[in-house]
Amino acid sequence: MSFFAKRQTTAGSSSATANATAAAANKPWIEKYRPKTMDDISSQEQAVAVLKKTMESQNLPHLLFYGPPGTGKTSTILALARDIYGPEMIGSRVLELNASDERGIQVIREKVKNFARSTVSHNIGTQSCPPYKIIILDEADSMTADAQSALRRTMETYSKLTRFCLICNYVTRIIEPLASRCAKFRFRPLEEKHSRERLEMICRQEEVKISPEAILSLIRVSEGDLRKAIMYLQSASRLIGKDTEIDEDVIADIAGTVPESVIDGLEGCWLSKEYKTIATEVQNVIADGHSASKVLSQLHSRLLKNEHLSPLQKAKVAEIFGDMDKCLCDGADEQLQLLSMMTRVSSIAA
Amino acid sequence: MALWVDKHRPTNLDKLDYHTDLSAHLKKLCASGDFPHMLVFGPPGAGKKTRVVAILRELFGPGAEKIKIDQRIFETPSKRKLELNIVSSNYHLEVNPSDVGNYDRVVIQDLLKEVAQTQQVDASAQKRFKVVVIHEADLLTRDAQAGLRRTMEKYMGNLRIIMCCNTTSKIIGPIQSRCLLVRVGAPTYSEMVKVMHKVVKKEHCGPLPESLAFRLAEESGRNLRRALLMLETAKVQSHPFKEDQEIPRMDWEDFIRTVRVQILKAQTPESLQAVRGQMYELINHCIEPAAILKTLAKELIDRVEGNEIKMRFAQEAAFYEHRLRTGQKAIFHLEAFVAKIMSVYKRHLMSMDM
Repeated sequence: MSFFAKRQTTAGSSSATANATAAAANKPWIEKYRPKTMDDISSQEQAVAVLKKTMESQNLPHLLFYGPPGTGKTSTILALARDIYGPEMIGSRVLELNASDERGIQVIREKVKNFARSTVSHNIGTQSCPPYKIIILDEADSMTADAQSALRRTMETYSKLTRFCLICNYVTRIIEPLASRCAKFRFRPLEEKHSRERLEMICRQEEVKISPEAILSLIRVSEGDLRKAIMYLQSASRLIGKDTEIDEDVIADIAGTVPESVIDGLEGCWLSKEYKTIATEVQNVIADGHSASKVLSQLHSRLLKNEHLSPLQKAKVAEIFGDMDKCLCDGADEQLQLLSMMTRVSSIAA
Repeated sequence: MALWVDKHRPTNLDKLDYHTDLSAHLKKLCASGDFPHMLVFGPPGAGKKTRVVAILRELFGPGAEKIKIDQRIFETPSKRKLELNIVSSNYHLEVNPSDVGNYDRVVIQDLLKEVAQTQQVDASAQKRFKVVVIHEADLLTRDAQAGLRRTMEKYMGNLRIIMCCNTTSKIIGPIQSRCLLVRVGAPTYSEMVKVMHKVVKKEHCGPLPESLAFRLAEESGRNLRRALLMLETAKVQSHPFKEDQEIPRMDWEDFIRTVRVQILKAQTPESLQAVRGQMYELINHCIEPAAILKTLAKELIDRVEGNEIKMRFAQEAAFYEHRLRTGQKAIFHLEAFVAKIMSVYKRHLMSMDM
């Protein structure tokens, strides 16, 4: 909390030009409210506690952060780096490479190795900082296996001078030798409590009017992805304006969830054996622009509650859903897949 | 002489004919100053691009309409040269990175960073950011999409991205969580009829019979662009419009109809041989194999009687369409589909006889 108070006073006192303040106001909230210090991080207690301990001992291991999007992986390492080096040193001590940079084997050999090789002094000026640098490899799961294996020896040889931090969504895409050299931290989807705290704080800061139910539905549609939740919140407040209260419908609209009525319609179709009704329903769903994967996931969450199907039928339906998801991933045509899924389910259900 | 579709394309948000709530929302969004990244999705011919152009106009004024096309050359790390057409104005860039296939990652990396790192120089400009429009974003490879992730956050100050795609299924989660999702559904039949009447009125070419307009809308499958093109062809064929005039179809669709007739007439190896020739003909004319399969399946399903067999056809179509996408040589899968359909159909006929 204290941090936000600080920021406002600095913004007020500094002789920032009108332009700069305008730019700050236009900053997306996901950037504006990105935690700036380790104390700011509201969730992931376990990982944060361990990291704080290691910071005290001035000895950081190589790190591997993994977890679903929007859980604070990048924010944590950036905050950590800022805490260690302070705002001035961070530029020279931290190298951040992400998937938008070229990261073939050539770059690992040259850029990363050169940066890793250079030594740094213990302290520059008044500020003391640990005698190592950090290389952040964001989105490491999109690195090729070759590039990853080129890192192996580099990580060990220069471990006195450089610490690596790998960030990825899927830990399985990191080759085993790399993973075994790092301390692994799993970032869980945010708990409701933490998301709510953060969202409410932002609403207060930005003077957004929002109903408690809307916050709940915001948390529900974002599924533990705080970035998504904040993004939706900002879009909602922009769409609605400052004066009116944001309610559930607006959130559902922005999140692109398929309306319940559409899902009801599809579910109702299962019981009819009429091809024509199914085909028209599917045609309408596709023409309205709903994405088949969203429809599928919403149907799936409905499946367990369905009263017309026996457990065995549900199991069979679940299998069909699995097939369809695989096909969609492979890029198959949405309409045909949806149609096929619906007809198969209807022959089971009827 | 521009086509009617282009000539009567609405240019600003107020003139859009349907989805008025969406237009109002977009208008507010443009006025508010901080504009998010956007992911516009919807079926073809629903008006995605029209809306994107209208948004650009709303953001930057008429300057956004002065566009030029130039060709840029990108170099891959393996020293391969890629050429890509870029449509640009002073305020925005439009690219279709999927044109360069697997190398789209290079384009995304180079181009976006270049745009992102240059600031808007013109002090009098309304907005401090440039917009990059990415067409067919669902065809971007996973690598290219991963390349977008941090760029979208890091350069938020002077870059906004608007992506157009048909489905969000193929856009990775991290990108979706960074964008405002804008769904543009296809227009309903009555909305389409309204638009057609409007166009006909503007063109001064006589009254358009209600039933013809409705049939056009139906035939187009809620695709407004297609409906307008068909309307224009219909006008060329017979003017003034007649109530019962035939709706012009694409010739390859007519050709597929003959394939369908062949399949339903005889289910023998000879017949399959004949169909193979026709399939080659279609592929040689650059008709997308997936489109062939889909149209053929639709034709077949419409023509056979009985729920069970219709459903069965639909399932087979989905199965072979998936194979087609993951496989390599289209003709194998098209032929396999036809063979399967023949066998299913024959069995069906025999069971009916008994």
